[in-house]
Amino acid sequence: MLTFTIRRLVLAVPTLLFISLVIFMLLQLAPGDPMAQVPLTVPPEVKEKMREALGLGAPVHIQFFKWIVQFFWVEPQVLIDHLFGTTFSEGQLRVLSWQTRSPVMDIVVQRLPQTLWVVGMSYVLGVMIALPIGIYSAYRQYSAFDQIGTFVSMVGFSVPTFFTGVLLIVIFSVNLGWFPSIYDTTHKVTDWDSFVYQLRQMIMPVAVLALYNAAQISRFMRASMLDNLNQDYVRTARAKGLGEKTVVLVHVLRNSMIPVITVIALGVPQVFGGAIITEQVFKVNGLGQLLITSIEANDLPMVQTLTFIFALLIVIFNLIADILYGILDPRIRYD
Amino acid sequence: MTLKSTLLGAAALVAIAPAAFAERGADGHVNVIYWQAPSILNPYLSGGTKDLESASMVIEPLGRYDPEGALVPFLAAEIPTLENGGVSADLTSITWKLKPDLLWSDGTAVTANDVKFTADYCMHPEGGCAQLAKFEGVSAVEVIDDLTVKVTFSEPKPNPYGPFMGGQSPIIQAAQFAECLGAKAPECTEANFNPIGTGPFRVTEFRPNDVISLEANPNYRDPAKPAFATMTFKGGGDATAAGRAVLETGEFDYAWNLQLAPEVIQQMASAGKGQTIAAFGSLVERIMVNMTDPSPSLPEGERATTKHPHPFLSDPAVRKALSISIDRDLLVEIGYGQAGRPTCNLVPAPAIYASDNTDCLTHDIAGANALLDEAGWVRGADGIRAKDGVRLSLLFQTSTNAVRQDFQALIKQWWEEIGVETELRNVSASVFFGGDPGSPDTFQKFYADVQMYANNFDGTDPEAYLAAQTCDKAPRPETQWQGENITRFCDPAHDALVAELGRTGELEKRGEIARKLNDMVTKESNVIIPLVDRGRVSAHSNTLGGVVLNTWDSELWNVADWYRIK
Repeated sequence: MLTFTIRRLVLAVPTLLFISLVIFMLLQLAPGDPMAQVPLTVPPEVKEKMREALGLGAPVHIQFFKWIVQFFWVEPQVLIDHLFGTTFSEGQLRVLSWQTRSPVMDIVVQRLPQTLWVVGMSYVLGVMIALPIGIYSAYRQYSAFDQIGTFVSMVGFSVPTFFTGVLLIVIFSVNLGWFPSIYDTTHKVTDWDSFVYQLRQMIMPVAVLALYNAAQISRFMRASMLDNLNQDYVRTARAKGLGEKTVVLVHVLRNSMIPVITVIALGVPQVFGGAIITEQVFKVNGLGQLLITSIEANDLPMVQTLTFIFALLIVIFNLIADILYGILDPRIRYD
Repeated sequence: MTLKSTLLGAAALVAIAPAAFAERGADGHVNVIYWQAPSILNPYLSGGTKDLESASMVIEPLGRYDPEGALVPFLAAEIPTLENGGVSADLTSITWKLKPDLLWSDGTAVTANDVKFTADYCMHPEGGCAQLAKFEGVSAVEVIDDLTVKVTFSEPKPNPYGPFMGGQSPIIQAAQFAECLGAKAPECTEANFNPIGTGPFRVTEFRPNDVISLEANPNYRDPAKPAFATMTFKGGGDATAAGRAVLETGEFDYAWNLQLAPEVIQQMASAGKGQTIAAFGSLVERIMVNMTDPSPSLPEGERATTKHPHPFLSDPAVRKALSISIDRDLLVEIGYGQAGRPTCNLVPAPAIYASDNTDCLTHDIAGANALLDEAGWVRGADGIRAKDGVRLSLLFQTSTNAVRQDFQALIKQWWEEIGVETELRNVSASVFFGGDPGSPDTFQKFYADVQMYANNFDGTDPEAYLAAQTCDKAPRPETQWQGENITRFCDPAHDALVAELGRTGELEKRGEIARKLNDMVTKESNVIIPLVDRGRVSAHSNTLGGVVLNTWDSELWNVADWYRIK
């Protein structure tokens, strides 16, 4: 297992380098101009000077090399400095956003809390709702509960979050006035009242995303349970005289969870990627909103860094999913 | 909790002493929402309106434009003019005097050195300053004494109010930005995010592309202002959500630039929590007519250049017919409501520069048909007019935007009624307005027959704006497709008049020349077909007082005067 992990980690390095090159080339080829948002009243000569100041004049391979050095060499030093109070990175140029002219990683760090709170919470909640629904739906296949569960997950699957989000805002913010429609990212939880406020502002975005996540995972859970319920070992267990509870929740559930856990692990990078649309609808201004505004503004260093971080997370969680699979299922051996 | 205690404190203050009304910070907290989030608070590094306007609460210029477009002194004691001797008789220099005893928000004194530094900062050759055009023609900025600064121009400047005037050109603190000149400008994140200013508010926390927390500047020059102690300036989302937060849920006090369908705004306003305000500036939605041939059959490098005149749009009758067949009233009603009015002018305001040109306002399909008949364009079997084998078939492009696509559909219909076939196309705004010379889809390259977008000018003087239509400013391969004369219109008489405007200092005469220039490109030649004079609609809650919408400067220009209506 250890050699497998090491081999995979070593293999990940060229993979990630290749991914970063592909992202970079795609962004270079994509049409668009960071000056597009500058008003037309700014004359073209001035825009040209601004482009030069951003380093756009440099040849493509130099731009790529600069990014690689800044991301893999300077940024880790900044992190070390931050953690241990050292000064390795002093005077070195970090990856700077074209829009804000500030280090990209600082903004990413600033955006992480709200994304993890809202999107992460919705993922946890979604999983917690989905598992019981999936288990019971499979156990009582074609029952009224199963039908309703199927209907709800179909709704969650097919109704886009920009619709459910706005619907919730219109009902609960505009008509009932219960929850704020705009998320306050500067809010700090210090006591009971501020905690209640935090709950109120999180309820709607979390609910919207949880519905979507729960819909997906409950379908996986149900399918996986159904596969196992008809297996011979289940019949054996029942024949041994084990209670239904033990049969379903211990024997079947354990085996059914193996693929579901993989699916859940593979879904975690999405949490970090943020929920672009939901974040926009509720003004959560997390990583998803950061990505979309950077794309709109053609802020290439920001887009490049964010997409690369997502790629990194996907590679890592793929590895985690594979390892978990090996640990959970004794039949799987990598060595 | 600080917010709540401030609010409570403010409420208590008001309860005990009604006289506390005119006290700084007495009205507690105010919430402002901009659906485009500010990225940086240094207007010299970003031309974006969102950045400029949010920064305008913190850093201020020497003078601003008021809602009528008149000049008002801010940091300056008065506006220098020819009459008061501030502008030299030969129009080559302007001398600004600062108000005495001005303080930065950190408590140090504002001096003429800061003003000079601001010019040095923006005019640094490696800085990539977004407002460099404001400093065009400046040959020297000298400090005369602590409160006096003199700007000298290399040639007579009839409009010397470029530097240090308006939201684009605020004064920054020399001490804070001293290490940020030139190529170092982007590295000064702390200064760019938290500029020390003279404005009514100062930044307590800046989160790029998200939210700004501000508090009243303790050293603001008027001890009774601002009435609000703190402000949250939220950014992001979309115009609908911003409008909703002010007009329907009442969570926010002010929402900027609600570019929404008129009926949507009306419906939101009916909730009774707030009201909309509108004002007009110089922004005109227009159709630009390509005077050169954009045909893809031409070799790259010659396509859409003056080497090949347009096969049918070079006929003035066709251009005029295209213009008068448009029903501008209907366009306004559908697209802009109270935020628009039909116009035939490229320069719709200020009054002295606005021509009395109203010919195009009558929607005249019959007239347009007669015009084309007369010019020899005959309808074929398919209803499309043609002459000498040239069919009136054109490609109409614009940026992707709901209102613009509605306009395209309507205009296509009117043009088909006069026998002009129209193919529609829309391009993502980031590509269309981006100046990428490699892209065939930019508005500068103009690989289409006609295109629609909006443009305006900074401040109240249209000289540079009108001078953009001269022959030498046509985008072409030799200039990497940069240039502002998008139509490639070229008329020596027009260029001569532009040169004359540059030499004329007298306001009356300038107005006359500007009006003539406006008429030359609009009603006389129809190379620019103005459609809608676009105003600005913003919204504020019923409890927010003192809001005066200003389209000539930052919308938040008088944020110091805002107060809570009780």
